Amino acid sequence: MTTVAVEPRPQPFEPRSIKRADYLNISYGVRSWLLTLDHKRIAILYLISISIFFFVGGVFAAVVRLELATPKGDLLQSDTYNKMFTLHGVVMLFFFLIPAIPATLGNFLVPLMIGAKDLAFPRLNLMSWYVFMIAGMFGIYTMLAGGVDTGWTFYTPLSPKYANSQVMTAALAALIAGFSSILTGLNFMVTIHKMRAPGLTWFRLPLFVWSQYATSLIQILGTPVLAVTILLVAAERMLHIGIFDPALGGDPVLFQHLFWFYSHPAVYIMILPAMGVISELVTTFAKKVIFGYSFIAFSSVAIAVLGFLVWGHHMFVSSQSPYAGLIFSFLSMLVAIPSAIKVFNWTATLWRGSVSWDTPMLYAFGFIGLFTIGGLTGLFLACLATDVHLTHTYFVVAHFHYIMVGGAIMAYLGGLHYWWPKITGRMYPEFWAKFAAIIIFVGFNLTFFPQFVLGYQGMPRRYHEYPAEFQVLNVMSTAGASILAVGYIIPAVYFIWSMKYAKVAGRNPWGATGLEWSTTSPPPADNFEKTPIVSLPPYIYSKEEATVVP
Amino acid sequence: MNADFRLLPQQASTMAPRVDALFWFITAICIFFTILVAVLLLTFAIRYRRKTEDYFPKPVVGSKVLEAAWSIGPLALVMVIFFWGASIYFDMMRPPEDALEVYVTGKQWMWHLQHSGGQREINQLHIPLGKPVKLIMTSEDVLHDFYIPAFRVKMDTVPGKYTTLWFQATKLGTFDFYCALYCGTEHARMIGTVTVMKPREYEQWLTERADRSLALQGRQLFQKLQCVTCHHPEANNRAPILENLYGRMVELEGGRNVLADESYLRESILYPAAKVRAGWRPIMPSYVGQVDENDLVRLIAFLKGLKTGQTPARVEDFPAPAVNEKEAAKDKELPKPNEQPKATDKAKDK
Repeated sequence: MTTVAVEPRPQPFEPRSIKRADYLNISYGVRSWLLTLDHKRIAILYLISISIFFFVGGVFAAVVRLELATPKGDLLQSDTYNKMFTLHGVVMLFFFLIPAIPATLGNFLVPLMIGAKDLAFPRLNLMSWYVFMIAGMFGIYTMLAGGVDTGWTFYTPLSPKYANSQVMTAALAALIAGFSSILTGLNFMVTIHKMRAPGLTWFRLPLFVWSQYATSLIQILGTPVLAVTILLVAAERMLHIGIFDPALGGDPVLFQHLFWFYSHPAVYIMILPAMGVISELVTTFAKKVIFGYSFIAFSSVAIAVLGFLVWGHHMFVSSQSPYAGLIFSFLSMLVAIPSAIKVFNWTATLWRGSVSWDTPMLYAFGFIGLFTIGGLTGLFLACLATDVHLTHTYFVVAHFHYIMVGGAIMAYLGGLHYWWPKITGRMYPEFWAKFAAIIIFVGFNLTFFPQFVLGYQGMPRRYHEYPAEFQVLNVMSTAGASILAVGYIIPAVYFIWSMKYAKVAGRNPWGATGLEWSTTSPPPADNFEKTPIVSLPPYIYSKEEATVVP
Repeated sequence: MNADFRLLPQQASTMAPRVDALFWFITAICIFFTILVAVLLLTFAIRYRRKTEDYFPKPVVGSKVLEAAWSIGPLALVMVIFFWGASIYFDMMRPPEDALEVYVTGKQWMWHLQHSGGQREINQLHIPLGKPVKLIMTSEDVLHDFYIPAFRVKMDTVPGKYTTLWFQATKLGTFDFYCALYCGTEHARMIGTVTVMKPREYEQWLTERADRSLALQGRQLFQKLQCVTCHHPEANNRAPILENLYGRMVELEGGRNVLADESYLRESILYPAAKVRAGWRPIMPSYVGQVDENDLVRLIAFLKGLKTGQTPARVEDFPAPAVNEKEAAKDKELPKPNEQPKATDKAKDK
């Protein structure tokens, strides 16, 4: 590795004395937003929409937890409860977690990070948002027209034949949202291939871009299978072609194969971008080049590829062949390796670094800890014998909330704090942000850790009433959820406050190295004054020559 | 509020301690790595915390040795978990030959269980201590899942086919079982209890509830539905004789072989054209709508025990199956043992 020049030093305060045209103030009015082709404005549109969906999904979760505070089904009727957890799942997955990081932070940052003026297809990008909103309208219609009570998994023959709720509109919402996801993935993939700044080779890309690339791969290859599955259900319902219904000669287990062929990789659509965010945070707040760049980059691709080969681990007790179970168990175990590589490389990056404790880094610490627990508890579910006992129980609920809430949402919030100065031009209030981060960490663990124990004790999922012996842990979980709710409300308040009243940020408040920090905050509409030319690998903080420990 | 609160679930089957040993092994690995990562993270974050803004630490780009160590180490551990888990799982999937058989049907939102002696239970299961028990399960409507946490076993029940679950209880007492796979409105109420009894008490329990055995009920159905008209040595080779069929490999049209298990028998009754035996014409009509899940269980119990020379006589007095809807409805109600002679009387009268 060669000796390298140091990036411009951080400029902690850069007064905005002259009103420069940036992407936010270049034009005004509702039309200028709803018809914008600027990836940064589209990212803001997504940010607002998914925040609303997050709030709605959160309310459903709160109702579920309140019902579970007592063993009797006293607050809600069983049907209402079933609708609540179904809508919580549908809204949080299809309308929050899947678009969360790619469509907001990814949309805003991918062109900035690769030195491009915009995504490859700006109109397609706007269309993705409109498609997403149409799906959202179907989702809202589903809720207003009586809800849906099949669980977000829509298992057959319950969903097409026996459930009397708004199954087809909910499925249609998921189908349409899928197209938005495919279009975003396609756009990112073409952009990353074709629009990198001169000198920005693949191995000079920030790791966030690598993770977005791996995510796009899954979005493009996996999501169509979800669409196919939903259309097959519709064909069976309307044309009586026997596909999943045994009475028509179909096989209900086939639905699970098709469903998880998309929905397991979909978990990686949620977590891979989060891993990308963490790679950025760890280097910036340790002021140090990432440890094992290519290992982290390729582990993202490895997770994306392996992710397509492990769907059957959801089906060890479904009557799938035990030999298929054997292969799926083996392949699922292998996912542990790229995950371990990432965790250890992030940790090693801190070694002899200059580690700050700013809010985004607190979220990164939280992510690494909680993702470690979430990932390791996946071993119980990849392992055949323990999965037989633990699948369909609260253990699974706890496990995937550690990955999706403890992992993906922690990283999303960390990333939002980190890039907030770039997005809005203003800092957030550090004290309140740290306070909220700690509240979220405590509330999260209190909510979900007891659920591991509940699952091991044998409490099944999706029960609105339960035997009294499970109450102590359920009360703990409900108490944790109320703390978690407070933790999520605080940032919503101070982020809105900060847009007008907080300290002006300057172009590079963290002294970070990425191209996005070399332009002004907020960036101008076309991102850069002139096209940047890249001559260095990413994350070069020190003038010293980089060393390789054996 | 904390009635019966216990941190760890009871261990009440031969499988439970084996699953738990693996569970705690994985837990130990989880605790070790979680603490390792947390300690490293906090140590580095405190020891190397930022003191001045203008210090730029010496860059370290990586280490092949470390990358290899933290790839191969975890790989070795997960392989141990994989093989250990697989060996227990395959024992779970292979019921012992001498297991007692209980037929289980899940339906929204109750469990219906039948012992081979014909004893029926709803949301309850009585079993003897120390004997392997095999559940042969299906569903009348949606997917359900039969789950006994204290035994560490569960299996989905799937409409249209049979799945099996086996266990051997090691503790007396009652243990909860649940429907573990979401099945609609009253999913949370589809629960029941397993009562593990001393073998002698179990025998007594069986005798008290004795009924015509499932196989006997199946034999009568076999005559009544006129299966015996064709599946009989004197039927001019209209259909194969079913003696000694269960558990054998059967050659199909097109050269494929299939094991004649419960699911095959069930499919051949409901959809005879699906798997036609080599050398036979597909002339059998479908029995969909003529037999319900309980009838299927009876017929299968009969066929499983049908040995050489045991095919019953052809009784021509039963009306053809297609026209007896009323009769079929009557049969759904539990026939009492003392009603049996009536059928024969009727036959004589005619």
